[in-house]
Amino acid sequence: MAAIEILDLEKSYLVGFWRKRPKLALRPLRLTIEEGEVFGFLGPNGAGKTTTLKLLMGLVFPTAGSARILGSDMDDPRVKSQIGFLPEQPYFYDHLTAKELLNYYGQLSGVPAKGRSARVEQMLARVGLSNSGGMQLRKFSKGMLQRVGLAQAILHDPKVVFLDEPMSGLDPMGRREVRDLIQQLRSEGKTVFFSTHILSDAEALCDRVGIIHQGELRGVGAVAELTAQTRGKIEIIFYAQAQKVPAGLTSLGAEARLSGDMVNAVLPEERQDAALEVLRRDGLKLISLTPVRNSLEEYYIQKLRPTEGRKEEDRKGVGV
Amino acid sequence: MNSRIGYIAFNTFREAVRDRVLYNLIAFALLLSGAAILVGEISIDVERLVVVNLGLTAVSLFGVVIAIFIGIGLVSKEIDKRTLYTVLSRPVRRWEFVVGKFFGLTGTLVVNTFLMAVGVFLALLYVAHRFEKMDEWVLVALYFIVLQFLIVCALALFFSSFSTPLMSAVFTFALFVIGSLAEDLRGFARITQGVGGWIATAVAYLVPNFSALNVINQVAHGDAVSGRLILYNSVYALLYSAMAIAGAVLIFQHRNLK
Repeated sequence: MAAIEILDLEKSYLVGFWRKRPKLALRPLRLTIEEGEVFGFLGPNGAGKTTTLKLLMGLVFPTAGSARILGSDMDDPRVKSQIGFLPEQPYFYDHLTAKELLNYYGQLSGVPAKGRSARVEQMLARVGLSNSGGMQLRKFSKGMLQRVGLAQAILHDPKVVFLDEPMSGLDPMGRREVRDLIQQLRSEGKTVFFSTHILSDAEALCDRVGIIHQGELRGVGAVAELTAQTRGKIEIIFYAQAQKVPAGLTSLGAEARLSGDMVNAVLPEERQDAALEVLRRDGLKLISLTPVRNSLEEYYIQKLRPTEGRKEEDRKGVGV
Repeated sequence: MNSRIGYIAFNTFREAVRDRVLYNLIAFALLLSGAAILVGEISIDVERLVVVNLGLTAVSLFGVVIAIFIGIGLVSKEIDKRTLYTVLSRPVRRWEFVVGKFFGLTGTLVVNTFLMAVGVFLALLYVAHRFEKMDEWVLVALYFIVLQFLIVCALALFFSSFSTPLMSAVFTFALFVIGSLAEDLRGFARITQGVGGWIATAVAYLVPNFSALNVINQVAHGDAVSGRLILYNSVYALLYSAMAIAGAVLIFQHRNLK
């Protein structure tokens, strides 16, 4: 069963002071995310990622279209007990301690009173805040608040977790822990829908990604497939001699760069034999030869590039 | 009560207490004890009248100021600080949130009024050395003050559901002032003819009738309050605040959060 079905969800806002005109924040979006999938929603700032998440959470209302979560309408309160949400740069009631906040959210989410405290402790431990549970949130750093945000999102053991820029504000260690947490959620069979503009995180974590730009979904693809595609090029790494790139290789059209005592050269696949012949002739020691694969970054940039028909519109910005 | 409303109300109460809202009680206690000592020294036979008048007026004004300044931020602050995101993404309906907030603030005001009422009675005891039968009407005046708070909270919440905090404060305070003159307004409407008369009548009956809820002077003189007025005021305050809350819910129900 699909965990999330977005059916032509569209959002426009009225802008302007005197003469109000609609500005499209999200063009009709159609997207299906299967149960147990980790889906990355990628795009630059202002692309429409947060708008999509706010629409799914019922924080803003769509101009058109609808969405279903776990087979029910997204506005159904019963569905909301099955979902967890971490907003971007979350703010919480700073008069509460972390424990009180989680207990409050547990109450609102219908976590039974019996065992709620234990669950709160468990969540604090899971995000590395066991020792800070009794501290008021106004004394928390940005990174600690992000951890509390993650704890509240998974507190009630939801089936679908929505995370808006979960790595934002975290140091490298914190980002690593969030990545581990998402991996754990995947292994528990949860569906995770997270927005990010950090491609390495998406590449490491996601089953599939969607690229959104200027309110429009530009492409959806499985990460494994995207990164498995070769680009008709090979990469040869070998030990250099006299800190020089062999002239024979340059004449084959290789893009080569010297790194320490090694040379890294990229050249068309069909010149592989000729390149190996140059290395053999010059007596150079080969380290590796690998086909150059697409990276998520290339796919992302390709999808963000305006198409001919869209160039004019992109220059003006999204709007109707 | 729906349990989620209760949780939201309790959290609102806890926030008010931790934000030191009840610190106003210190100012109130200082004002009242100072007044009681002063009155005890300079007044002859009217100590009770002065203490009841001053005490209840202070209870009313302190409460109204709290009701307005917390009430206008109840929803807008949560939208601005985005604390609402993690509440409304849970199985919480928007109307439950608004109603919970309303109960939280009125609960804060009831506790605040109770503590101030204790202060008023202590001051009374200080100046009169004993309680009298007519002091029970002071309790009725306090009950009417709480009813006023219900309406002020509901109005502050209503205005804040579509307006900025500053404008909400202005609107609510203006309605409190106009409503305190509602009886005069009704009198004016009765003697005005034509279109002006209709408009005056509409305004007079539309604004909350706070003057009917103000029996401070009456009880200060030891006069009784009729059971009929107690019933009428109770029903009126409940209906008026319910309508204002319903308006706030209706607007908030369709509001896009920024």
